Formats: sequence, C-alpha cells, structure tokens
Amino acid sequence: MADTNEGTTRRDFIHVASATAGALGVACVAWPFIDQMNPAADTLALSTTEFDVSGVEEGMSVTIVWRGKPVFVRHRTEKEINEANAVKLDELPDPQIDSDRTTKPEMLVLLGVCTHLGCVPLGQSSTDPKGEWGGWFCPCHGSHYDTSGRIRKGPAPTNLAVPPYKYISDSVIKIG
Amino acid sequence: MSEPKFNNALVRWIDHRLPVFTFMHHEMHEYPTPKNLNYWWNFGSLAGIVLVIMIMSGIVLAMHYTAHVDHAFQSVERIMRDVNYGWLVRYIHANGASFFFIVVYIHIFRGLYYGSYKAPRELLWMLGVVILVLMMATAFMGYVLPWGQMSFWGATVITNLFSAIPLVGESIVTLLWGGFSVDNPTLNRFYALHYLLPFVIVGVVVLHIVALHRFGSNNPLGIDVRGNQDTISFHPYYTVKDAFGLGVFLVLLSAVVFFLPNSMGHPDNYIPANPMVTPAHIVPEWYFLPFYAILRAIPDKLFGVLAMFAAIGVLFILPWLDRSPVRSATFRPIYKVMFWVFLFDCVVLTWLGAKPAEGIYVLLSRLFTAYYFFHFLILLPVLSIFETPRALPRSIGKPILEGGGGAMAAAPAAPREKL
Repeated sequence: MADTNEGTTRRDFIHVASATAGALGVACVAWPFIDQMNPAADTLALSTTEFDVSGVEEGMSVTIVWRGKPVFVRHRTEKEINEANAVKLDELPDPQIDSDRTTKPEMLVLLGVCTHLGCVPLGQSSTDPKGEWGGWFCPCHGSHYDTSGRIRKGPAPTNLAVPPYKYISDSVIKIG
Repeated sequence: MSEPKFNNALVRWIDHRLPVFTFMHHEMHEYPTPKNLNYWWNFGSLAGIVLVIMIMSGIVLAMHYTAHVDHAFQSVERIMRDVNYGWLVRYIHANGASFFFIVVYIHIFRGLYYGSYKAPRELLWMLGVVILVLMMATAFMGYVLPWGQMSFWGATVITNLFSAIPLVGESIVTLLWGGFSVDNPTLNRFYALHYLLPFVIVGVVVLHIVALHRFGSNNPLGIDVRGNQDTISFHPYYTVKDAFGLGVFLVLLSAVVFFLPNSMGHPDNYIPANPMVTPAHIVPEWYFLPFYAILRAIPDKLFGVLAMFAAIGVLFILPWLDRSPVRSATFRPIYKVMFWVFLFDCVVLTWLGAKPAEGIYVLLSRLFTAYYFFHFLILLPVLSIFETPRALPRSIGKPILEGGGGAMAAAPAAPREKL
C-alpha cells in the first residue's frame, strides 16, 4: 500500500467509493421493481368516465364507476338543497359550504367512499338508511353524512370527496 | 475458529440469544477457502445470485400474470406494453433463465475438470445434480406460461415423453394434463409448480452449501488443504473476487436484456397457442438441446426417453464411475484430453438438437450420443485403472512458495492483515 496516514487510507476511500457505487446501482435497479406496482398504462387509460346526467330525475340517485370506485350522482330536491344550505359552518367537523361542492346545485357528484376506512356508505337506494341528516350513512363504523355529503357524526374525518369533473355539454359530465 | 467480536451492542445482544451473526461470520467471513481458486470458482456463488434475480423478477411477473388459457398470452403482452418496466422485468426473467443455465453448466464442467465430485464431496455433487433437474423442470414449466405456440407444443411434446412408460404411460400423461390434451388445468398446475419449485431449489441450495462447507471448496490442484497456510478467509478475498465476477456477469446480462432480448427465444412463441396447428419446426430452449438430441438419436420411443433421462442420471453415479484418486485434470494427462473431447461432444449434441431429425444429423446424433455414454460408462472407469497421474504437489502452498508457480506466483504468500 502507498502512504497510509493516520485514520484514512486509500483503501478506506475504495471502500466508500465501491459502497456508494453499489448503493446507487441497487437504487437504480430497485426503481423498476417498485414502479411496476404503480398503475399500468392500460389502467391509467381508464381513468376518466363520461356520464349523461339528464336521465337522473329529481330525487333520484345513480351510482357509476370511476377508476373502479363508486361515484354517487344525486339529483337533489329543493328541500335537500335548502337543508344543505341552512347548516351553520361551525356545526360541521369539516366546514365547507354546499355551493363549493357542486357545479350545478341540484346535481351532487360525490366519490362514494367513506373517508374513514373506505366502505361504501348507504343512502343511494330509497330504502337505505340515510343517517340522521338524510344524506348517507356508512354502516361499517357509523359515519353520518348530510345532503351535501358532509360528515356530521361518526369517525370519518372529512366530507365525502367531490371527484374532479366538469360538464362537457349541458347534460354530460366527464369525471377525472 | 475464533469467536467473533462485534462492536455493536445490539448485535452482541441479539447474537448472544440467536447466534446468526456468529454463524454468518463463520460461514461468510472467516470461512477458510483454498487460496489458489481461479475464476472458474466464481460460478457457484454467481448461480446463487442468479437464482435470487430469477425469484425476484418472477414474483414481479406473477403480480401481473393470469394463468388462464384465455388470458395468459394477453397478460404477458400487457406486461410487455402496459405495466411500468414490465418489459424490463420480463426480459430479465426470460434471459436470466438462459444465463442461469450458462452459469450452472460452467459450474458443472468446472466440477468435471477438477474432480470436485470425488470423495468426500459425492453428496455435494449429487445435490447439485438434483438442483439441475429441478432447474430443468422449472424452466420447462416457465416456458409454458406465456401460452404461445412454442409453449403449447413444448408442453405437449415433453409431457408425451411419459407416454413411453409401458402400461401406465397414457394414464400418467392424462394425470399430468388434467384432461385429454394440454389445456387450462395443465396451465394452472404448471403455474403453481413454477412458483413452488424455485423455493425447493433454494432449499436444496442450502443443503448444497452445508455439504460444501463441511470440507470446503475443492481447488485447481485437487489436493486437500493441509492447514492455515493453504487457505485465506472468504471475506474479503473471495467476496471481492465474486463481486468482480458478478459485475462482469451483469454487464453481459444487461447487454442481452437491453440489446438482444429475443436472441435466445423463438419467434413462434409470440403467436398465441393454437391446439389445431403445430409449428413446422419444434425446438426446445437451447439449454435442453443436448438432451433433446439424445432423445431423437434413439429410434425407439421408450429407449429414447430412457436414454435422455439416463444422460442426466449418469451424473448421479459419476463419483463411483471415476475411481481415480486424483481429482484435478491438471495431473491426469489422458483425462485432461478426454475432458475437452467430452465438452466438444456436448457442444455438438447441442448443435444437433437444433437441427431437423433427418439425413446426416440422425447418424451424427447417434455417434455423439454413443460417445456421451461411452465417456461416463467405459472411459472413466477404465481410465481410473490404466491412467498414470503426474506427481501431485505436496501442498497448495508448496508450488507457490518454491517459485516458478506461473500465474499463481503473483499471489501473496500469506494473507495481509488489513481491515
């Protein structure tokens, strides 16, 4: 070996250099092996859904599928809209005004996935329990949502999410 | 064997209760290894690493593959086109299989040249042959999974080998298929076994290593280690040498994976399986070709199949066919030549296996098949009696210490203590 000063040697340098090169190599190989678990191209290609809301009559709810998850489309009655608007914001665990949750006030579009642990809340069918606020009720752990899909009582931390959507014509929405 | 001293208190705490660190220190660090191993000794640990690569890439593929005749081909195409880096993982797995056999065949021929199968390493050798057989079964079933034309007809031909068994042959084939032809039940069970067998291989590899560490590696001189002056510790001397070999191997594997990914495959396997049409020229994967040539060389169904299995079976009894007490071909003037003749024979059989079974190829297949068995069954036992070996060195250290040791003279006389 050449000069060996106190502490560090050329060999120490080689050790650090090869360990670094090895770690970089492993990281480069690890990435494809991790990324393969992310959604594949054909899965991503299915990430938007179009839906014609004109067939949803007042007072009626329809469940459609977007990215493998249920989306609730509810044509609300005047009474339900008024109830949603009448609530004081400080009564809400996750305050949000109703008009921020809709594009057209009568057509409520929600991701039908409870924000607690991912069950599908009841309330789409006329015979379902709708919870104490007349919206949706999650039977798994007892979360109550109001007519705007906002959490009112139970373990869920936030309101039912509103998926990204827009009207691409008067009656057709494109989700995603 | 000194008790290792660990600096880390947590390591000491665990090791006192569960001596895994002591075990690893003994078997992977201070493990005394002959100091004269050449690069042919890289291929054992390399094979182990390739096994890990195959299992890791295989588990990834299993996450995306569908074992059903209606979806298998599509799911493989989806892996190639849609799954993130799916093409990379599949090409690693498909070419990794070929490289696995290249590495293992080199490992086997190294054992043949240096007599690594001789006492006291007979069981070590036989466990290695078990690994080879398991690898072949795993590779064959893996090749069926993409459900292309070669998959389907390879599966049909290979399973039909068992129909050669007298009386119960047809029943056995029906049992293997789970039906009256290669179909969905066959694909499902092949998938289940293709996932299982690699872990069986891991188990046999563990036994292989236990048997290896009982007496340690053989070495190019084929003589026993006489003491500490003949060995160096596994780490860092052989870990670094194995790591270098691994680097070279990965460069070659990457070159094929990225630039020639289909060079060792058959285009016909990109055609979905069609039970109504057999491809014009059925050829197994290259690593089966010598055995395929032996199968076709015998003009009788039962004896052809028997000869093919015997070609592998004869390896099991090799330690008792070659009775020469001298291990390394370096000191066996005749065997040294015959080793290369035998290697040539195997290469020609590989070439013949890829040729159509007609004309001159049939005759050549028969000649080279006959020589394959002549080598093991007649030549080796006879050589054990009549060959006069050259004088063996007194110890591994001797030819190095007394100068003129050729390339080995460059090795240090005693391991340097630095680290």
